[in-house]
Amino acid sequence: MEKRVIFKGWLLPLLLLTPQVVVTAVFFFWPAGQAVWQSLFIPDPFGLKSQFVGLGNFEFLLRDPFYRASFVTTAVFSLLVTAVSMGVALYLAVLADRLIKGAGTYRTLLIWPYAVAPAVAGVLWLFMFNTRVGVVSWYLGLLGYDWNHVLNGGEAMGLVVVASAWGRISYNFLFFLAGLQAIPRSVIEAAAIDGAHFWTRFRTIVFPLLSPVTFFLLVVNIVYAFFETFGVIHTITSGGPQQSTTILVYKVYADGFVGQDLGSSAAQSVILLIVVGILTVIQFKFIERRVHY
Amino acid sequence: MATIRIDNVKKRFGQTEVIHGVDIDINDGEFIVIVGPSGCGKSTLLRMVAGLETVTSGEVQIHGKRVNELEPMDRNIAMVFQNYALYPHMSVFDNMAYGLKIAGTAKAEIAERVDKAAQMLQLGDYLDRKPRQLSGGQRQRVAMGRAIVRKPAVFLFDEPLSNLDAKLRVQMRLEIKALQRDLGITSLYVTHDQVEAMTLADRMVVMNAGVAEQIGAPMDVYQDPRTMFVGGFIGSPPMNFLQLRQASDDSMRLPPQIADRIEKAEGPVTVGVRPEHLSLDANGEARFSGRLRYVEPLGAETLVHLVTEGGEQITVRQDGIAQLPEAGSQCVMSSAAEHICLFGKDGARID
Repeated sequence: MEKRVIFKGWLLPLLLLTPQVVVTAVFFFWPAGQAVWQSLFIPDPFGLKSQFVGLGNFEFLLRDPFYRASFVTTAVFSLLVTAVSMGVALYLAVLADRLIKGAGTYRTLLIWPYAVAPAVAGVLWLFMFNTRVGVVSWYLGLLGYDWNHVLNGGEAMGLVVVASAWGRISYNFLFFLAGLQAIPRSVIEAAAIDGAHFWTRFRTIVFPLLSPVTFFLLVVNIVYAFFETFGVIHTITSGGPQQSTTILVYKVYADGFVGQDLGSSAAQSVILLIVVGILTVIQFKFIERRVHY
Repeated sequence: MATIRIDNVKKRFGQTEVIHGVDIDINDGEFIVIVGPSGCGKSTLLRMVAGLETVTSGEVQIHGKRVNELEPMDRNIAMVFQNYALYPHMSVFDNMAYGLKIAGTAKAEIAERVDKAAQMLQLGDYLDRKPRQLSGGQRQRVAMGRAIVRKPAVFLFDEPLSNLDAKLRVQMRLEIKALQRDLGITSLYVTHDQVEAMTLADRMVVMNAGVAEQIGAPMDVYQDPRTMFVGGFIGSPPMNFLQLRQASDDSMRLPPQIADRIEKAEGPVTVGVRPEHLSLDANGEARFSGRLRYVEPLGAETLVHLVTEGGEQITVRQDGIAQLPEAGSQCVMSSAAEHICLFGKDGARID
């Protein structure tokens, strides 16, 4: 059912829309416009004047092997973070949904990690896996495994993925649990009477009915992995070793604010903007079609 | 084809016992309706037969085999739920085929059985639709179809008609009855609607507060209620109850054979008489008097509400449109002696 309100004049609707438009303009269109503008220039090292180079920044970036590697890194990183955080959260939610006693406590404890800021979570995991004093790396050492994420790119990637996914599990868990509890009990019971065992029920009934939640979380988690994991990566690896954990958003920061190459940094953020736009379109066009609302 | 035996079954949730030992023996092909007010434990009893609730003590047998420890899927039953419990993401065909697919039935046979059930339920044109595109009555049919295709030994119905409007309910009631007759599958049906219970049941079980108060054919239960609760619950309008202070006070004159029985009983006695057995004249042996309060003319019948001197309500059902005295006037009612039921202080019949 569509609800339409008809206004007599122009003033009131404009007034009602203004706050939203102003917020979007100030915090999105203005900086995004500046980024687009800046991506067409190369400033001198002291920031006194800048030279117009057209699409030169973009041309340089697309030929840069480090930048292309960062694309792959980002893809691997966000896929892993999304898969790990959603997979674990779904598993925990399914278990919590079956709980009768102590469900409240279990849920509350699972939600806590969400309250930990990404940078703090990063430091926490860094301490545990510190190559010299970390608890986990010490135990791994006892088992004969020499953990060193400072030198080993794969281990570094593993660590930032786990640290980023960890805080995210709580958030995903909440949504999955709410989704599970919204499925009518009798539908599950009907399937049980129809002869479906737990995992068959999960595969054929529960998971399809959960798909709106899963789709929403997929979008939210990929966006999270793209942007909000900055704190984790900055505290744990600073993009290293050898740029093996430099995701796109980290490279924007590193090139712009550390390397002082503002033109390239701006061009990267424009590309990032386009990538996220394309991803969102793909998600809504192709995945949403298979979602049962 | 199966018999069901419910043997001294009890159910406790934590410390609260909700079913206090129920015994029902169900014959092969019989249609049993469990009826009672909400919270009497009728759905819990059904769910224990289905295997959706554990049995605290006692035994449930299906076809002579103890099933207490079996999973629902191993009991060879099918259930129709109050909210239909259709799988919303599947088509009507897939909904009905779901159980067969899981059982690994051959594709051709699945198609044949679903088509046959769909024809029986007039769902042939809707097999490709999703449940949300169907009306309430059609959804109800799909739920029935899902139960039929699996050819179970037992049908369980949990208030399947309560989400339908009144007209559709009457129609579906007849369809369920006809279907059960044709298939001859033992059925256990739970409802709070006594009309549904009376029309569907071969035998009905009247439950109250976790106890099966009476089990019997609908007309036997109606004519011969064993407790005050059954008399009050079955029949609309319900049975009239009058607390007796002495064998014969001014507002009630009972014939000697009944007065004798009251003399012998211990404690206070309640007299019960159905509205249709009373008439507004002095022709019967048992006479009552009261003041007429108001009249409900319903066309086919007229309900006359009176109040006795002691403040008790009496309803008299007259056929057709009756000529009646003014509201507020004193009236005499009477009934034949054989229609009078006497209940002791615990609510049980004394005869």
